[in-house]
Amino acid sequence: MTEASPTLAGRIMPVLTVLLAIVVIWYLAAVWMNAPWVRDQAARADAVLTTDDLVRQTLTLERPVLPAPHQVAAGLWDGITGQAITSKRSLVWHGWITLSATLAGFAIGTAAGILLAVGIVHNRAMDQSVMPWAVASQTVPILAIAPMVIVVMASAGVTGLLPKAIIAAWLSFFPVLVGMVKGLRTPDAMQLDLMHSWNASGSQRFWHLRLPNSLPYLFASLKVAIAAALVGTIVGELPAGATAGLGARLLSGSYYGQTVQIWAALFAAAILAAALVMLIGWIESLTLRRMGLAR
Amino acid sequence: MTVIEACDVSLTFQTADGPVHALKDVSLTIAPGDFVSFIGPSGCGKTTFLRTIAALETPTGGTLAVNGMTPEAARKARAYGYVFQAPGLYPWRTIAGNISLPLEIMGFSRSDRAQRIARVLDLVDLTGFGSKYPWQLSGGMQQRASIARALAFDADILLMDEPFGALDEIVRDRLNEALLDLWKKTGKTIGFVTHSIPEAVYLSTRIVVMSPRPGRITRVIDSPLPRDRPLEIRDTPEFIALAQQVREGLREGHSYD
Ligand SMILES: Nc1ncnc2c1ncn2[C@@H]1O[C@H](COP(=O)(O)OP(=O)(O)O)[C@@H](O)[C@H]1O
Ligand SMILES: [Mg+2]
Repeated sequence: MTEASPTLAGRIMPVLTVLLAIVVIWYLAAVWMNAPWVRDQAARADAVLTTDDLVRQTLTLERPVLPAPHQVAAGLWDGITGQAITSKRSLVWHGWITLSATLAGFAIGTAAGILLAVGIVHNRAMDQSVMPWAVASQTVPILAIAPMVIVVMASAGVTGLLPKAIIAAWLSFFPVLVGMVKGLRTPDAMQLDLMHSWNASGSQRFWHLRLPNSLPYLFASLKVAIAAALVGTIVGELPAGATAGLGARLLSGSYYGQTVQIWAALFAAAILAAALVMLIGWIESLTLRRMGLAR
Repeated sequence: MTVIEACDVSLTFQTADGPVHALKDVSLTIAPGDFVSFIGPSGCGKTTFLRTIAALETPTGGTLAVNGMTPEAARKARAYGYVFQAPGLYPWRTIAGNISLPLEIMGFSRSDRAQRIARVLDLVDLTGFGSKYPWQLSGGMQQRASIARALAFDADILLMDEPFGALDEIVRDRLNEALLDLWKKTGKTIGFVTHSIPEAVYLSTRIVVMSPRPGRITRVIDSPLPRDRPLEIRDTPEFIALAQQVREGLREGHSYD
């Protein structure tokens, strides 16, 4: 323990330093960006502003151009703990709506990515035809696709989680596909020759060799995919009419100039993304260590 | 009765730089229980010849029979076990699990597998290491495990491509001794590729000297050494004379360029 603590401090110190710098810059920016409005108000009221007043007022506005960090933190705290979790003002409630669609989309996207990769590796026709389409799908702006998916599915009577999950899957299948194609092709020639010498069938080769070999690549892709799924879900919550989810919270904040609410929702999304990526990282290190594949 | 019968076997690889004659008119018969070493400079087709026997490559000319069948049919009949230079053990399987893999693929029952694993672990002197993971073993032990894996399904032929090439000399000596011991106990026919003259002479009943461009056999030397070979046999005049003959064979092949 005594040996571990300096290295831990050594790892945390740079992070804290960067964090501190960001907070300082943020406060300066908040003062600078909110100052015109405060000066304007003071001029209208014919009041004389001391620097002290100016700073205090720029950091406590109800609808600041840029809210100060402590305002966002308070908004976040209130959104998470200050509301009943069934309330529409609760970030936990909105977060759960977003999370459930994200996880559903991530599951669909991962399954699709893996299946397509298996097809590509085992089938020459798919090898030549699928990849260009997959790449093309990612070059279409998601902001253009999302409203269409929502509208088309709504007209078919499908609303709620599924349309958002499909947008999330749209973004998350691609990293899984790319990673798995690479991963399934990693076994070296010798390993494949051994399998051949044992007269192994295609499916035996797949289950015993290609699939386990691909897991490090799969996990690396999953971390990208889950973050992409979250982005997809939030984009899916933006089109007009959405009332639930962190995306809707962002949008309604911007309608009513509730910048604190926007930023609180933004941070809630970032925290959610970080937590999901860390969760996968944890499963990854556990699995790969057990498999002797940890690097 | 022959195990391997090669008659004018040729194999030409078509590459971007034109055809590569990896094997040209290679003829050789190997009898049951022979220990045949293939020696020659790199690129002379040793690996390619072993791979054609294993049906991992297909000759472009000539005929090749393994146990009286085509190499492909022999492979399906589990005629051979193949050992590569690298152990190629799966890191996520224990040593026993690795030996079990070909048995699982071939559909042996669980109890049969357990028996076979115990038997081959004993043959390569790794009893007690079955539950270890590959990274817990030295390079020499890992290679022994890969030999055990090749022996587990009772193929009559063991094909080994520079199996000890990556190991240091001391470990190599020990493994050579162990391999001879294993060969005597099992009576397998062994095809063994090596770069080392002493290794070839020490192990083999027949030494096949090859030379490159095109890959071909320049000399086949029958060993007069007895099958019982303590390590000290390497200091006897017979051994030294035989090594001399192999060296000459290698030089002869070289003078063709
Ligand atoms: N798959 C392949 N494609 C093209 N050329 C090959 C291939 N395998 C081997 N060769 C060539 O065939 C020749 C013999 O190779 P190899 O049998 O590996 O030699 P050795 O094992 O004696 O060193 C070499 O010139 C090598 O470059
Ligand atoms: Mg070779």
